Amino acid sequence: MTELPAPDAISANAAEGAKLVCRNLWKLFGPRARETLAALGDAATPERLAASGLVPAVRDVTLSVREGEIFVIMGLSGSGKSTLVRLMSRLVEPTAGEVLFHNRDLLSASDAEMIEIRRHKMGMVFQHFALLPHLTVLDNVAFPLDVQGVPRAEREARARKMIALVGLGGRESSLPRQLSGGQQQRVGIARSLAVEPELWFLDEPFSALDPLIRREMQDEFIRLQSVLKKTIVFITHDFDEAIRLADRIAIMKDGAIVQQGTPEEIVLQPATDYVREFTRAVPRAKVVRVATAMRKASGAEPAGTISARATIAEAAPKFLEGATALRVTDDDGRTVGHLIREDVVALMLGG
Amino acid sequence: MRRRPTDERDLSGWAGWALTLALFVGLWLYGGQLFPWAFDYPRSISIPAARWITSFTKWLLNEATFGLFTFAELTRFIAAVLDVPYRFVLSLLSTGFQSGEGSQAVQILPPLSWVAVIGTGAILGGYAGGARLAALVAGCLTFVLVFGQWQSAMVTLASILVAVPLGVAGGLLLGILAFRHSWFERAIRPVLDLMQTIPVFAYLVPILILFGFGPTAAVVATLIYAMPPMTRITELALRRVPAELTDLGRMVGCTRRQMMWRVLVPASKDPLMVGVNQVIMLSLNMVIIASMIGAGGLGFDVLAALRRLDFGAGLEAGLAIVALAVALDRLSQAFARLRNEPARGNGPVARHPYLLSGVALILAAGLAGLAVPALQTWPDAFELSTGAFWSNVVQWINVNFFDTIEAVKNAVLLNLLVPFKRFLGGLPWAGVTALLAYVGWRLGGWRLAVLVASLAGLIAATGQWEKAAITVYLCGISTVFAMLIGVPIGILASEREGVWAPVRIIIDTLQTLPSFVYLMPAVMLFRVGDFTAMIAVVAYAVVPAVRYTVLGLKGVDPRLTEAGRAMGCTPGQILWRIKLRLALPEILLGLNQTVMFALSMLVITALVGTRDLGQEVYIALTKADPGRGLVAGLAVAFIAIITDRLISASARAARARLGLEAA
Ligand SMILES: Nc1ncnc2c1ncn2[C@@H]1O[C@H](COP(=O)(O)OP(=O)(O)OP(=O)(O)O)[C@@H](O)[C@H]1O
Ligand SMILES: [Mg+2]
Repeated sequence: MTELPAPDAISANAAEGAKLVCRNLWKLFGPRARETLAALGDAATPERLAASGLVPAVRDVTLSVREGEIFVIMGLSGSGKSTLVRLMSRLVEPTAGEVLFHNRDLLSASDAEMIEIRRHKMGMVFQHFALLPHLTVLDNVAFPLDVQGVPRAEREARARKMIALVGLGGRESSLPRQLSGGQQQRVGIARSLAVEPELWFLDEPFSALDPLIRREMQDEFIRLQSVLKKTIVFITHDFDEAIRLADRIAIMKDGAIVQQGTPEEIVLQPATDYVREFTRAVPRAKVVRVATAMRKASGAEPAGTISARATIAEAAPKFLEGATALRVTDDDGRTVGHLIREDVVALMLGG
Repeated sequence: MRRRPTDERDLSGWAGWALTLALFVGLWLYGGQLFPWAFDYPRSISIPAARWITSFTKWLLNEATFGLFTFAELTRFIAAVLDVPYRFVLSLLSTGFQSGEGSQAVQILPPLSWVAVIGTGAILGGYAGGARLAALVAGCLTFVLVFGQWQSAMVTLASILVAVPLGVAGGLLLGILAFRHSWFERAIRPVLDLMQTIPVFAYLVPILILFGFGPTAAVVATLIYAMPPMTRITELALRRVPAELTDLGRMVGCTRRQMMWRVLVPASKDPLMVGVNQVIMLSLNMVIIASMIGAGGLGFDVLAALRRLDFGAGLEAGLAIVALAVALDRLSQAFARLRNEPARGNGPVARHPYLLSGVALILAAGLAGLAVPALQTWPDAFELSTGAFWSNVVQWINVNFFDTIEAVKNAVLLNLLVPFKRFLGGLPWAGVTALLAYVGWRLGGWRLAVLVASLAGLIAATGQWEKAAITVYLCGISTVFAMLIGVPIGILASEREGVWAPVRIIIDTLQTLPSFVYLMPAVMLFRVGDFTAMIAVVAYAVVPAVRYTVLGLKGVDPRLTEAGRAMGCTPGQILWRIKLRLALPEILLGLNQTVMFALSMLVITALVGTRDLGQEVYIALTKADPGRGLVAGLAVAFIAIITDRLISASARAARARLGLEAA
């Protein structure tokens, strides 16, 4: 599962309700990109492309984002993350490939249809917040609704709700420059949520913030998602952030995806040396889930319980009270296995 | 030691310069007999552009038609449309609203009284900039009032109040079009270049012919003059909007119009307000020139006084323009800085205290004016006049210092101006054109070479070479003096904060003065002629020389000067070896601006009797000859463009050499 999934696996994903699918997506910046790519065909290596004056921002990306998951795209600066997420909402026109939203080809949508889709189905949070400097917090959050022509009373009511949701109640009439960076990004988040999007894009939302605030905002984000349960594409250049938030991660390098999978898969089985570099410093206990480390239920039922989705690091404190095993439960509370103390210790000592 | 390849290139470069210069000097000294055509452009191949333009204008006026209506009807229509807001504002500020025509006119409503206007100005000032600005605006207007310039000032203000919104709106729309469509941007860029470099006089004649004599024609001229910077600033500002904001606009599903008016334009408010300020200042700058084609008001007073050589009256009207300029400039700058603070209270009174008090003031002042006439119109008896005083001062100076002034003037004329003028006048046009082409090629490649050579060639071909030489001579000498004065002041100001603070206030103020104002004291002291023109031009053009020098020196990375100090450089060495070298690109830009300022002032000095292109334009204006004026005006524009491109290219080269920019 550490290799790129085969195309048939993707269609299987699509069948089981993938929200957004990208197939063989390319974006080359520069003159006559389309012709050059077509002419080169399979020989379109980064060197060849650069030689013909093109910047290969996104190369042959295939991925699918499932309903209700947090899909994190991780890569260093210039690896093409922003371009990829803009291809998904067609803010940038692809050079080649397909983008399917609910199995509908976005690239064949007319301008008017795209406006409709973006107005009602998509929301986006920006790295540098992109707040309109001349509008108050309230008006900024209500802006997407205003653009749609929602009447003032209704849009302000909805905006107030969103502002309260991100914990900025009381700051409605402030202007963006009167807020701290963290507060400004809360406004950005509230604004992107105001239209109740199905698909939520966040392009490095916390990168411009100080480490402590970033941590706080990540917690806030996890809290919000537990309430909202959106389908999310989250961009970051911070591997720890990716591990913390992701259901699945795609790691990009030079415009191509080098590996995609759950945080656990990536940490336990890095596909390349490049990926291994990132995973080296990550404590295994923080990514390995109880579901992976547990054994078949056997013998006496232990008293303590732990969710199958919890990480080992989260489970560990429960053994401090002397238990030798924990009962592992799924989301509905059914027992699916046992977590044994020795396994946990081995994992944690193993780093 | 082995020579590095760059040295070899340098050497061949120097050889190229030397050879070209030698050829040029050879042609100049010995070419007279061999190639007479290189000195006097042959008539047989000259381009009769002036004749063409004149007959084209005639054709436009008499024959051009769009089918449904003729071109002349179109211009009349535009004039009529412009007349409506102008009449309204004029009635409001100056004449009052009347019914009936001519002598039967009955005033239904008086104009705003001076109390109302000054009060409104103060309220605007208070709203945008607090008590200090309120006091400044009120002070400026009171100055105008007390010195008996109120009537004229209100006429001038009326045309400004009409021209500025139109100029802003027009510039904004053109800028948006240029932003949206790259073909439009490409088409309009050279037009803007020309409009900003052609002296205004040059297009006064066509406007006069097309729109007739009167205030509306003056508004049209002002618009043409004041719109280009707004267009440029708009286009630039829209391009500079962060990509994230445009992405946001598209993500929330803005239509094209929403994107423009809800995202891009509000997000570029700051630079756009700079544009508005520019439009105001340029409109004020036009006030006097526009009075030549029928704008009344202060400009007319200045011009009339200048023609009568009545310095006192001219100076007073000129100072009134300055007062208006200062008030409007500070007001618009304060509005630009103004942030829309969220409303504090509730209810209309708490939300709009300034608006309501303004309306209340105007009503109250109107009623009070009915009861007490002195509150409606400032009584003549209270007017002060310093006109006689200034005339006496000038007379006193002339009586007591005539000989000294005359001696200085003659010395400079005989030893500097005249020889330089002769020298430039004697240069062969073909040689100069070739030399310019070589310089262009060395600095910016063959494109630049072709551009400067063809512009210079066109000047010769349209028969403007001799007059152009005089323009170059006056402009060149003035620029040299302006730089000799401005750069040391700039150096001093950048080294000592205590000098910079007052210098900055002075150059900020100098920059708000309409260019005509510089002419008056010069004429008072030195009467007409080249020397007077030079003094006025130097005074006007010294500002950019100071400003850019300070900008460049202050912009030098402090780590480099620290490194210099650590290596034991003396302050002098730090200045010469480090700071001035690194600031060279900015100083070159300052030189460029100084030349542009000098050229624009030079045309105005035609009024004091120079013999250059400016004079040609001015004569064309008095003879209502559109072709002659435009051709001479275009020649001035070409000189400006040649200088600008060459200096910009050398600034770029300097930046590349210093590693501040990729070559
Ligand atoms: N409009 C554009 N024109 C030309 N090249 C572009 C454009 N936008 C992006 N690129 C190039 O595409 C590559 C990928 O850029 P992108 O912004 O997608 O990277 P990123 O991973 O988001 O980086 P960062 O972390 O710095 O935001 C970069 O080399 C960039 O220079
Ligand atoms: Mg990015």
